[in-house]
Amino acid sequence: MSNERLDVRKTYKLLINGAFPRSESGRSYEVTSSAGAFLGNVSWASRKDVREAVIAARAALPKWSGATAYNRGQVLYRIAEMMESRRDEFAAYVAASESLNERESQSVVNETIDRIVWYAGWTDKVAQVLGGTNPVAGPFFNFSIPTPTGVIGVLSPQDSSLLGFVSSVLPALAVGNTVVAVSSEKRPIPAVLLGEITATADVPAGVLNILSGVASELGPVLATHEDVDGLDLTGAGDLAGTLAADAATSIKRVFRPTALDLDWSVSPGTRRLRAFVETSTVWHTVGQ
Amino acid sequence: MSELQHQSWSRLNDLEYAPAPESASLARLRDSYGLFIDGKFSDPGSHSQFVTLNPATEKPLATVAAGSSADVSRAVISARRAYDQVWSHMPGKERAKYLFRIARLIQERARELAVVETLDNGKPIRESRDVDIPLAAAHFFYYAGWADKLDHAGYGPNPQPLGVAGQIIPWNFPLLMAAWKLAPALAAGNTCVLKPAETTPLSALILAEILQQADLPPGVVNIVTGDGATGAALVSHPGIDKVAFTGSTEVGRRIQRELAPAGTHLTLELGGKGANIVFEDAPIDQAIEGIIDGIFFNQGHVCCAGSRLLVQESVASEVQRRLIRRVEQLRVGDPMDKNTDVGAINSAEQLARINELVDAGVAEGATRYSNSCDVPDAGYWFTPTVFTEVSQTHRIAREEIFGPVLSVLTFRTPEEAVAKANNTQYGLACGVWSEKGSRTLWVAERLRAGVIWSNTYNKFDPTSPFGGVRESGFGREGGRHGLEAYLNV
Repeated sequence: MSNERLDVRKTYKLLINGAFPRSESGRSYEVTSSAGAFLGNVSWASRKDVREAVIAARAALPKWSGATAYNRGQVLYRIAEMMESRRDEFAAYVAASESLNERESQSVVNETIDRIVWYAGWTDKVAQVLGGTNPVAGPFFNFSIPTPTGVIGVLSPQDSSLLGFVSSVLPALAVGNTVVAVSSEKRPIPAVLLGEITATADVPAGVLNILSGVASELGPVLATHEDVDGLDLTGAGDLAGTLAADAATSIKRVFRPTALDLDWSVSPGTRRLRAFVETSTVWHTVGQ
Repeated sequence: MSELQHQSWSRLNDLEYAPAPESASLARLRDSYGLFIDGKFSDPGSHSQFVTLNPATEKPLATVAAGSSADVSRAVISARRAYDQVWSHMPGKERAKYLFRIARLIQERARELAVVETLDNGKPIRESRDVDIPLAAAHFFYYAGWADKLDHAGYGPNPQPLGVAGQIIPWNFPLLMAAWKLAPALAAGNTCVLKPAETTPLSALILAEILQQADLPPGVVNIVTGDGATGAALVSHPGIDKVAFTGSTEVGRRIQRELAPAGTHLTLELGGKGANIVFEDAPIDQAIEGIIDGIFFNQGHVCCAGSRLLVQESVASEVQRRLIRRVEQLRVGDPMDKNTDVGAINSAEQLARINELVDAGVAEGATRYSNSCDVPDAGYWFTPTVFTEVSQTHRIAREEIFGPVLSVLTFRTPEEAVAKANNTQYGLACGVWSEKGSRTLWVAERLRAGVIWSNTYNKFDPTSPFGGVRESGFGREGGRHGLEAYLNV
């Protein structure tokens, strides 16, 4: 008989409203490495989990969108700090999920941390870059500012389980939206781990909700949900057209990535920052 | 109401104004118009045709071609050829000069255009002369200057156009909406197929003459008149790279759904149910004028109209009293008369829609007050109307009426004002009336609307982005932001 210590395995759960529940459906599904090794039984989120997450995201919106841009930047930066301190764990999960060697997976984690820092730094720049004053022909001080669209459903990429996930979710958060994200179906664990560190990064409950599950099952719920304001279809695959059509029911903003948007290694520019902001224009009368 | 007040009302009502009519002959309309495709007007006889009426008299103004799907195809092919061979290669500074020319030609033909607009639409000549036409010229002038500065618009170096834009515009500001669509599209390097509204095609056809006078290369702009079927053919045409639509949320939703599978670029400017919020410290005289302008400008045929008045309880009775007094003084009638405040409803169909919702308002228990003036026998008319005792669940507080009908609600606290203002699926525009700047900005931060007017209403400017949130659509028209709708960024 071996007297080696038996390790304590982790349960991979959802992130809804700052808590880590299992799916209300009681379902889970088996996740394996790309080589076929068992990695874990991951919560299999249901339609009802989506609805719970949307309620949480809606409730969290006033506080997050009303927070100062400086504060949002610090919270997002804190995610980068937490990831840096657990980088080997992230690298191991990315390596197993994406069939990468150690050097490659460390490189992905580096890119991811840097990507989080990039977006953390954007929070207090977007208003200046996307907004401004407008020289109207009349006695008015007229200005336009970017305001968050609201609750955003993100079908995160199926291939890039960490860098792609962060690159889809962070821009929506940086501009003040709250997010319900569906992780990669076959590679959910790096996103689940990211959810765990947001709890120690002071991300307020409900601001980022992460559901592991099947995009083709959860996507239609997000696309038709009246209280979801925007939809990122990066991980929707063949369903993107159908989901974009469903989104028309409540005139949602829809982000459909181009090939360039899917190259996670290049600097992302402002496309995703602009995807889920509204331009609010105020005409303020000038007079004595 | 005191006896004295009543007497002064009566005297005001008795005041006679001498008519000051503009001359309809200034319009110089032709009897019939073909389609404007590839730089030329087609033979009207080669199309089935429809009549466009003067809504103030119900008399025909001209016959106009009903563009078929084959016509739409010809227009799209012409636009594609012009894009591939001419417009997308032309240096921005040359494109700019065409747009400057168009702006100048609109100014030169401003009086004619104002008369045409009023005849075809029914809006007061004072408004077409002072608002629609000057703003249309200004819009071309503004975007002309962007054509050779796109590198500096904030979308990175050398931003590219989308290609051929299909643009569908409404009947409430016919020429101005054409300018809002065409000017940024052309400045960004796209070519266009424009579908004017069925009931107001004429000013766009005058604009086509202007494009000829400007020597704009053939096919850069094509104008295909017709009804909803023509618009549907344009939206579904596979040669279109981008659709820009201004109109109802219902149609916008259909278009978004239809274009989704192909992922065609789309911007939508849809309906609204704007709240005009009046706080107790508002400058009341100005607020009354702003409320009037917010809902009765252009007969209320304005997507951003301030169709809900939210007034703080402490001043509600005073505001309502003064508002109704002011409504009674509005002059309703001949749009061609320079004294007219409120003109004709654009169509029998729209009049029926207004009547239906007003009947619903009465049936649901709101209190109706309407201006008591006589209106002409012929034409489509609806006198300015105010509903009080309106609750948030009433149809007149929820649905876009698109007519001269105001629903008055009250509130106690700023929080309640914001909650009520946001209690709609729309989010186009709101007004805030207060002398306290900090409160105005606090409210503005919380309103879910694309445009917020503080101590003013219904102001427009080419430099100022306009557009909605939520079910009022997406994308902006005007300003630097308006370029984004026509660039592949």
